[in-house]
Amino acid sequence: MNLTKRYKRKTALDAITLTLHPETIYALLGNNGAGKSTLLNIINNRIFASEGTVNLNGQPLMNNSAALRHLYMMSEDNMFPANMKVREIFTLSDAAYGDFDWDLANQLIEDFELPVTISFKKLSTGYRTIAKLVAALCVNVDYIFLDEPVLGLDANHRDMFYQRLMETYTARPRCFVISTHLIEEITSLVEQVILIEKGHILTQTDAETLTHAGHAISGERGTVDAFAASNHLEILGERTLSGHKTLYVSGPLPRTIPESLRVEALGMQDYFIHLTQHHSALGRPPATSAATATSSTHGKVTR
Amino acid sequence: MNFSDTDERPLFQQVADQIEDLILTGAVAENKQVPSTTEISTTYRINPATVLKGMNQLVAKGYLEKRRGVGMFVTPGSKQRLTEERRQLLLTDQITKLIAEAKNLGITKAQLSAMIESNFS
Repeated sequence: MNLTKRYKRKTALDAITLTLHPETIYALLGNNGAGKSTLLNIINNRIFASEGTVNLNGQPLMNNSAALRHLYMMSEDNMFPANMKVREIFTLSDAAYGDFDWDLANQLIEDFELPVTISFKKLSTGYRTIAKLVAALCVNVDYIFLDEPVLGLDANHRDMFYQRLMETYTARPRCFVISTHLIEEITSLVEQVILIEKGHILTQTDAETLTHAGHAISGERGTVDAFAASNHLEILGERTLSGHKTLYVSGPLPRTIPESLRVEALGMQDYFIHLTQHHSALGRPPATSAATATSSTHGKVTR
Repeated sequence: MNFSDTDERPLFQQVADQIEDLILTGAVAENKQVPSTTEISTTYRINPATVLKGMNQLVAKGYLEKRRGVGMFVTPGSKQRLTEERRQLLLTDQITKLIAEAKNLGITKAQLSAMIESNFS
């Protein structure tokens, strides 16, 4: 796909090119307003791109109900009639997509103690999310898009969701694209990460690369600065406290590091925070900055 | 088992290291089956591709063998070979680091030797 979405005052997506592979779990990360939901909505034919197309195996997806049957999106928008009872939502999903995984559905209903005989609109925010998650995990679909899948869920329910996600994924691998702000919680679940900022794809890479893309280097101020300068490290940010300094850097580190410096991997979430703060401070579009290695992202939604 | 995303080791390496620990401690004996990719993946919420990468590293090193349709098993002699590998790591890598840190802190050779002497008995 190669997509652009313009609104009256704003370009929400700017010539985004992306390929999603089957049976792979992706994290779609970006700050509020980065364009995550716009991207997912276009892929799923809920809104239309100003330019560009989304293809599935060479077939354009736009208004193509036969091809769209292979995609399912769960989002904050309620797609079900408000008066519909929870169990009826699942029956409807079964009718629409076929081969609904009722075993898993019943398991999830029990896990989360989801009331199924009351209407959807009577559920709390968290339970609405749970009801939507049950439908998303149980429909027999190859590409599943989860926009904020843990909205309103408590820590235990989130953990339970992650466990069930891994179970259903290992039992029947399919493509999941998960957009979330709780980056730390999904780091180990995903294989690939798509990072978007201001309508651009900043980087698309494997989770491992991103987790170890940034480091915090701390120690005596002069030593830290000298080390960064002599190794031409790309500095994302810094914090200084008296004579002690911590630098947040991007990219590979030299093999030998002075014993007096403390070096730690940032992990995916902190790397994301420092990278986006850095771009925001620079006030320039992310496309011009050197992020991590970008993997090939061309063509279409393939499978 | 426990996994961290701020560990310097990649996640797949942490998986490999911890399966090695299962073998080293005898938690899984030789010729016995180690937990499956699916079990580790669902128990610790780790992408199965990552777990598999860790497992495959142990297959490449000869510590695990794949039995088709059944799973991964600890190869005979693995415990001995792993013990030897860890010994080498301790004697070269870790001791070197310990000595460097001791020097930084002004600990003398005699003090460090005395500490090792008294703790060894």
